[in-house]
Formats: sequence, structure tokens, C-alpha cells
Amino acid sequence: MQLAVWTYEGPPHVGAMRVATAMEGVHYLLHSPQGDTYADLLFTMIERRGKRPPVTYTTFQARDLGKDTSQLFQDAATDIVERFQPDAMLVGASCTAELIQDDPAGLTEKMGLPVPVIPLELPSYQRKEHWGAAETFYQIVRTLADKNRTTAPIDSRRPLANILGPTALGFRHRDDVIEIEKLLGQLGVDVNVIAPLGATAADIARLGEADFNIVLYPETGDLAADYLKRQFGQPAVRTVPIGVGATQDFVREVAELAGVDPEPLLADGLSHMPWWSRSIDSNYLTGKRVFIFGDGTHAVAAARVASEELGFKIVGLGCYNREYAREVRKAAKQYDVEPLITDDHLAVEKAITEAQPELVLGTQMERHIAKRLGIGCAVVSAPVHVQDFPARYSPHMGFEGANVLFDEWVHPLVMGLEEHLLTMFRDDFEFNDHSGPSHLGPGHNAPAENAAQPANDTEAVWSEDAEKELKKIPFFVRGKARRNTETFAAERGVATIELETLYEAKAHYAR
Amino acid sequence: MNAPLPLAKEPGGDCAPVLKERGQREVFCGLTGIIWLHRKMQDAFFLVVGSRTCAHLMQSAAGVMIFAEPRFATAIMEERDLAGLADANDELDRIVEQLLARRPDIKTLFLVGSCPSEVIKLDLAKAAQRLGGKHAPQVRVLNYSGSGIETTFTQGEDACLASLVPEMPALPEDAPANLLIVGSLPDIVEDQFLRLFDQLGIANVGSLPERAVSQLPGIGNNTRYLLAQPFLGDTAQALEGRGAQRIEALFPFGVEGTTDWLQAAAEAFGIDSAHVASILSPFQERARKAIAHQRERLEGRSIFFMPDSQLEVPLARFLANELGMVLTEVGTPYLHHNHLARELAAMPAGVQLSEGQDVDKQLDRVRETKPDLTVCGLGLANPLETEGLPTKWAIELVFSPIHGFDQAGDLAELFARPLRRRDVLRV
Repeated sequence: MQLAVWTYEGPPHVGAMRVATAMEGVHYLLHSPQGDTYADLLFTMIERRGKRPPVTYTTFQARDLGKDTSQLFQDAATDIVERFQPDAMLVGASCTAELIQDDPAGLTEKMGLPVPVIPLELPSYQRKEHWGAAETFYQIVRTLADKNRTTAPIDSRRPLANILGPTALGFRHRDDVIEIEKLLGQLGVDVNVIAPLGATAADIARLGEADFNIVLYPETGDLAADYLKRQFGQPAVRTVPIGVGATQDFVREVAELAGVDPEPLLADGLSHMPWWSRSIDSNYLTGKRVFIFGDGTHAVAAARVASEELGFKIVGLGCYNREYAREVRKAAKQYDVEPLITDDHLAVEKAITEAQPELVLGTQMERHIAKRLGIGCAVVSAPVHVQDFPARYSPHMGFEGANVLFDEWVHPLVMGLEEHLLTMFRDDFEFNDHSGPSHLGPGHNAPAENAAQPANDTEAVWSEDAEKELKKIPFFVRGKARRNTETFAAERGVATIELETLYEAKAHYAR
Repeated sequence: MNAPLPLAKEPGGDCAPVLKERGQREVFCGLTGIIWLHRKMQDAFFLVVGSRTCAHLMQSAAGVMIFAEPRFATAIMEERDLAGLADANDELDRIVEQLLARRPDIKTLFLVGSCPSEVIKLDLAKAAQRLGGKHAPQVRVLNYSGSGIETTFTQGEDACLASLVPEMPALPEDAPANLLIVGSLPDIVEDQFLRLFDQLGIANVGSLPERAVSQLPGIGNNTRYLLAQPFLGDTAQALEGRGAQRIEALFPFGVEGTTDWLQAAAEAFGIDSAHVASILSPFQERARKAIAHQRERLEGRSIFFMPDSQLEVPLARFLANELGMVLTEVGTPYLHHNHLARELAAMPAGVQLSEGQDVDKQLDRVRETKPDLTVCGLGLANPLETEGLPTKWAIELVFSPIHGFDQAGDLAELFARPLRRRDVLRV
């Protein structure tokens, strides 16, 4: 058993729902008790979808358990065919139904339904949402992709690519896909199929006609791409185009597979971000301490942008999905931080508190943590919240995505000159660090003094002067200054921390 | 002294026959009740023993992540817990140790059963006994089931409160009569009622639940109780098992319901009816004034209730009788004929009631009747809005203060708002 207050990922059948809901004409029959229907609201409320997810829950009750829950399941399957007339049907069990072992696959096979049925084995007590989505998408592709439909000769047409991985309830998937499709068009590459988002069973059937695949979201698209490579020999582009550098790499990789020249497109300089970052007023961004946590792919991508394109210093990097821990470990080594691989948000909270970042790039969970600690935060990864589905166009991928990243990550910070003024005039009655960044309005106040402070468990006592001086240090580095000074004092056996001790420690730790 | 008022009609007599449906349901399970119960009982902690789905439900159902660290959590069962039951019990003990070490402020710990824990027959009653013995007297450990195979939405509160009844101190045979308000109410509403009972002259009034579980009210043969919520069948039974007697009344929604509820209590305590009338009159006047603001917008409009919280019948009675709304169908997950007898009698004649659900068929009826307003769950609202059918989130009725005289106007406003919004918007 695992004690959980909040979770980063839902159960695997929610991942399957994300795939089914993204597609057209696919219905999911989920053997489950009534409470599991809550999952509908993820799509209709958080994502504001105007249609119910195409999911029928059998909603068996305790009184059914002694009798025939498998009959309920079969009746529901018949009703689905009649009412929804789907092109394909997914069948599976949620956590409770897994325990009663009704065997959805066998039950539907016996019925000989007039539509393709794709059984899903999603072990609820071992796996989670992303894996569930990837496995579901893979099973759909394996069942529905027509093995006889392969590429046409290249000389008569433009190169063709599939875009794999975008789902319902995905973080910025709606806009990322538009941005990448546009970019491919500029390169002279046509899109064969985008899947699962918006795809029909007929679209899946013709996946084999593309020259190569683009895996935009490895967490959900990797398994299917591996299969397509085996089955059709399609190579896959796996660079995730988040940030200017990664998008350039992505363009080159696509161009190579497509046999086109990327340089004219790259020479156009399609993003404002490099100049925004180089312009003099971005100087204050240099070395801003940033903590990054999310799904493996988005976390690693964010780290590159933060480090190479905004000049931040990475003080923490981690992911909640173990399946992508290897990539995160590799990146963490590169940025010289300890990788944090955990799905325990309390461990993440502890790590953030200790690292004392000035900015957190994370998920909804980290947004709450950062809010409590009074630190600026931008969301870069699922799990999502209603705010992560903005009305406006705001991709995170491609060149426009890089512009969006600049805005979203820089705005929560205390701005350049404001930061200096806060340091210079600390006792101004209305303009001090407790009133928070002026452009964010009320409600963004700095945290209480001790919120992000390690407990003072050393022997050294602060003199009144030193304590007063410490308070003149901006709140976002004050905790670190206190900790460094106390460590410095302890190492030297200093009983009372004087003004001099504070500055000696400052010089000692200066880099 | 507690003679029931003569009923105008047989219970449900003039309603169309109740449509009983048994199909796919689109409702929450009883775990969802924890979202308000953990705010109400400030010294209690709720530990769901369940799956990742349970944990995901708790954080998704009501957008509750605004709370820093809630007083609930889930012990998520994993593959190895399912291998053998002894193992699962050891694991549960370990999790509880971990939790109590982290939250030494916990006085009452509820172990809450879920669908998977019920299916594998994990005996939480026994676990509660074992853990209670181990952590007494600092922590009391209770258990109930919020599983979706046994409970629907608000039935989770029923199960929780029923588990508290055996813990209530016994009052002696000769104890003076006391009154219990049963069902969790927002603090502000509870305080209003306590003030009103005081003005009426009823002295010993307690609530189940109290804000502190450690201070449960006493119970005995001289205890009378008033249900503040219509979904408390098991709790009522448990209270009666300990000698308490129910005061039959309408539920306290709107002027009619609140008046009847308070009058019934006053009558049970032998209070002079003229005195009652004089106390209630200014409150009734104020509430009527507040309701009148919304009547214009709601009168003659039709409303359809999808089953959700069991509040549907009393709310429909309020909307029909005091706001002139037309009831097209009043769906409820469970129709408690006994507790709702007076409500059903007070409903307009010929109302179509439905119990249980077959969600696709019910949605067909919504589309067919095109009500001016459909009260439904969160999962169904936006899809109906997209089809041009205005909706009201049923869960808002559970989370908002809607009981009593001073909330009657707010309650009416909750239904008027979606219609007002549609009138305002030009996009």
C-alpha cells in the first residue's frame, strides 16, 4: 500500500479514456462500478468538451456481484452497438472489475459483435494513466492498421508523416498539433494521419502509408511508434520540439527523413524568443534558480530551454513517471543536480522547499506547492487543470511555442529593475518584498518569513545587527543566506553570528 | 404531542407511478462525501482504503486541490496487497502509523471502505478495532463504506454518520428531552438554526456531526431528532436503535419547508404555537422577500432533475410550490418513501418521479422534453449545454448553504442564475 494525498497520474483506464475520447467513432465499454463515472468530468469540465466521452460504464452494484455481472457487461455491449454504432469498440475493466475477473475480452469474443473489438488488459494495481494511454493506442494501431497499405512511390508526391501521441486531456496537445502541422507544411511535408487526437478507425487503417512517424508525446506514442517501425519499417522522429533549439533539431531530423532542405526555413528565424532572451532587459534572468518537475519528456525539454535559452540555473529536476526516469537521470547529470524520481508530491514539496528556487516549472501539483511557498510558478506538464486549457492559441511546441514559453515563464518572476529596487529600499511602507511582484496584483504576496526556511537547529545565535541585516536580503534568497551563514558558523564554532560572520559566509559561498 | 399533520394526499398518491430504472448510472460514489465531511469535522481524518482510481476521484471530483493538505488521503492498494489478506492488514497498520506520526492532531480516524476493498473483503471493522485498541486513547478509529457498489454520493455521509451513532454518549433514563439536528450543515446555517431553536425555547440542542467529533451529543429515550438532509436512512435507523425518535417534517428548504421543520420540532417540545408563529414571522417575511426577486424569472419555467444527491424531491417541492416552476421529471438515486412521505404529499399532483437511472434513456427524455433547466452531474452539464439545454450543477446544491430561511433567496438564485446568464450573453 502507498499513502497518497494527491496523485500525479490516474489509473490506466483513464489513459484509455483519453485515447477513446480523442478519437472519432470509437466507443469504450468499461466494466466498472458507478463511482468510476467521475472520469467523464475530467473531459467535460477540465477540458470543456461539449460531448460526453464515448464511454459506457457497466456500473455494477454489490447486489449484482452474487449474480451475473458478465450478463450486465454483455447487455451493455449490445446496447452500444445499437445506440452508438461505433466503428470500433474498446473493452476492458477498471480496478474493481479486474478483481471480479469477468474477462471482458472472452465475453465479447463469444458474442461475435459486428464491429472490431479491441480488448484492453490494463493492470490497475501496477500501472498508471500514461501507460494505459500508450498501451491502448498501441492495441488500436495493432488491430486496425491495415498491413497491406504501405507507402506510394515518393517521386509522385510530397513526403508524408504521421503525428503520434496527442490525446484528449493532454497538456496543450490541441495547439501543439496545429503548430507542428504548420511547421511541417512549411518544410514541404504533408501529414498523413494525426492520432489518436481526431483520428477515425479508417485513419488508423492507413497509418502505413506514411514515410515516417513523428512522436510528439513519447509517453503516449512510443509503443505505437515501435510497432509501426517493426510492421512497416517507418522510422520515427523522437526529438520533442519544445524550445527554439529543440525545434531546430526537430526540423533537421524531419528534413533528413523527408529528404528536404531545412536551412531556408531555419534561416527565417521563426521565433521572437532568441531576441527576447538576448535583449538587455532580460539580463536579470541570468542565473535565476529554477526547479523543474513534470512528466519525463516535458521536464527534460523544459530543462534545456531554461538552461540554454533563458540562462536560468537549474536547482532541481525530476519526473513522476518512472518509465521515463532514464532520460531525466541523464539530463540531471548534465545540469549537475540530483534527479528526483517520485510520484509522492510530499517528497517533491520537500525538495522544492530545500532548493529554494525563484521559479518552479511543474504540474498542477507544483503550482499549489509554489503558491504555498510564495514562489512564482508556470505549468509545463500534465496533470492538468482547467486553467491549462486556455481559450487563446498557446502551444508549447514549435517556434510559436518557444514564444509562449518565454512569456509564461518570465511573467511570474519579479522583474529586473523591480528586483533591484526591492533590494535597495527595503523599508518602503508599500513597496517591499512582502507586497510581492507588483505586476501580479494582490494575492501574490510573499510568504511568511519562515515558510521556506530550514529549521534553525544549530547552536549559533544571531546578533540583533546580523538578524536585521539578514532581513534586508530579498526573501527569495534569504533562507539560503540564513542556512549558509549558520552552516559557516557551525563549522567554525562561532557562538554568535555577528554582521561580520554574515558577510564572511557570503564571501565564502560566493561563486 | 408529535401527531403528524394530516397528509393532504397519500404519499406519492397523486404522483405518476415512480419510474424505476436499472441501467447505467452516472453518479458519484459515497467517497465523494469526504469532500465536505472532512471540512465539517475538524478533528477527524478520512483514510480511504482503495485504489488509484479512488485517489484520483477525490482530487478530481470537486477541484479540492485548493486545500493545502486535506484531512483525507488514500491508502492505495497495490499488486502485492492483493496477493494475501494478512499482508493487506499489515500494510494498513503501517500506513496508519505513518499517517498518525505525520498528523498527531488527528483525534478520530475513519477507515473508509471502497469498491476494491469491499470486493476483496478486507475487513475494515476488524482493522478499526485493532487499530483503535493500539492507538487509544489518543485516537478513535471508526470505519464505514463509501464504496460505489453500495453507496451513491450522499449515502457516503449517511454511512459515516451511522458509524458515529454508537459512539454517542448514552443519556440516563431521566435525562431532560434533547433535540438533535442530523446531517452536516454549513457552520453558518447550523448557527442560524441553533439561534432559532434558542429563541423558540428548545434548550438542549446538539448536532450530528458536531464540528469536533470528540464532542458528540448524548442520546437516549428522551432524544428527538430532526433530519436536516433527506439521505440519512441508515443514520436514522441507528439513532432509533438507541431510543431516539424522529420528528416528522418537511426538509428545511424554502419558507414552507423551514417553517414546517421548525414548527414540528417546537410542537414535539410542547411549545406554544402562537409563540412559534411570532418568532418565525419576521424570518418568513424576509425569506419571502428574497425569493420574490427570483420568482419572476423562474415562474412557469420547466425543470428536470437527473438523480444525484437525494435532495431532488424536497428541492423540487420548493421550486414548484414557492417559485412556480414546472416539474418535468424528478429523478433521485433512491426514494426513501418513509422520510419523504410529507414531501411527496406536498408535491404538485401528477409529477413524474424516477428512481435509479439508465443514463442514455434519461438523456433521451431530457432531449425530448427540452426543459428550461436540467439539474445534473458535472460530467453531463457541458454536453447538454452544447446541445442548447441549460443546466445547473447538482453538486453546487450540496456544497452551498441552502437550508433555512436566510438561504431561501440564495437557493432560488442558484436556479435562476443559469437562465439569467443566458439572457445576458450576446456571444
